[in-house]
Amino acid sequence: MAHFDAAYNLARWLARDEHDAEDVVQEACLRAYRFFGSFHGGNARAWLLAIVRNTYYTWLEKNRAQTLNVQYNEDTVAAVDYDMATTGDSVERLLHAEDTRRCVHRALEQIPAEFREVIVLRELEDLSYREIAEIADIPLGTVMSRLSRARKLLLHALQELDQES
Amino acid sequence: MDCARTRNYMHGYLDRELDPVTASGIEAHLQSCAACAQAYALQTSLHKAIKGQATYYTAPEALAARVRAGFRTTRESAGKTYTPPHTPRRQWLALFAAVAASVLITWTAVIQLETGSRDERIGSEVLAGHARAVLTNHLAEIASSDRHTVKPWLSSKLDFSPPVTDLTTAGFPLVGARLDYLDNRPVAALVYRHRQHVIDLFIWPDTQASAAAMQASSKQGFNLLHWTHAGMTFWAISDLNPAAIRTFAETYMGLAEAAG
Repeated sequence: MAHFDAAYNLARWLARDEHDAEDVVQEACLRAYRFFGSFHGGNARAWLLAIVRNTYYTWLEKNRAQTLNVQYNEDTVAAVDYDMATTGDSVERLLHAEDTRRCVHRALEQIPAEFREVIVLRELEDLSYREIAEIADIPLGTVMSRLSRARKLLLHALQELDQES
Repeated sequence: MDCARTRNYMHGYLDRELDPVTASGIEAHLQSCAACAQAYALQTSLHKAIKGQATYYTAPEALAARVRAGFRTTRESAGKTYTPPHTPRRQWLALFAAVAASVLITWTAVIQLETGSRDERIGSEVLAGHARAVLTNHLAEIASSDRHTVKPWLSSKLDFSPPVTDLTTAGFPLVGARLDYLDNRPVAALVYRHRQHVIDLFIWPDTQASAAAMQASSKQGFNLLHWTHAGMTFWAISDLNPAAIRTFAETYMGLAEAAG
């Protein structure tokens, strides 16, 4: 069940909707089944997750063209320069609080898909940088900086959630 | 290691992806710099919070069933020659229950049932290679009917030297050669012509190659002939009839052995 759950988990976090995630996984499994010849050994989970990811983005273009995320701007990330000195402590407290589950969930749902996916692959699937590079179709050297930005965005989202409450 | 570099590599350090030298540099800096240590502590907290608190969604049981149904439909609509063995329904269900246990393992099993042996898989690759070349009209990278031109060209590009023979007198003039990629390695593709038909002859060294006898098969209207000789594996493919391909192959091998 491991690979199947991993496929669903990634699709579910990308699509942020259970019905859409099911459609994506079903389509991805069919593609994987059809293109099994392209699998030349190696990491089966990474191979399947790459197909899930590709299927999701194809599906997104086809079904949700009108609500497609605006391509995330690098400047936006740079602007979110997290100010440790003033807010680090409160976020740190939030992360250790009893009810962090809801905040973590919302923060992860909020950040753009290209950052959300590397967090899911790294933290939930415990994949190596090499595997993440393969799945997310980015150079190996980009994985660390993508994760660094993703974590910065997560902290920023958590900070905002903290201020809301 | 300074603060800027430490902040830069902190994530690689947290994820245990750094080489030992860089990692020990980061470690030393974190011990001596309170600000970086605090930043790292925050990242560690975040890492643990996501790992421990973010939902890991497990696939609904109904989805596994839908996927299994999809596989069945695909196989039926593809019209493959494979038919499921007449096992009792319970056993058949058990086979598909394995899909739920591990979708991937079952793919392997089903694919193996459908495609059979290694030769079958290579045959598909041979067909794909031939189709690619014919469809894109990219048959010969070196177009020459002179085997003394074609053979050195191939030898210079490959780690082996395939036998190249001129079969013009037998009605199979040499057109040229190209490189292709089959069975996970670069291979030689000799191109011959017989009237209006093209014959591709793929050659590569193969230690695992099975029977030396010629084995004919056909795929999607193309006829294939496969044999091995002296550590080399040969695959001929064409839209010619099987008998003509066999004549070609036997003439080719006869001359190749005579040549040396």
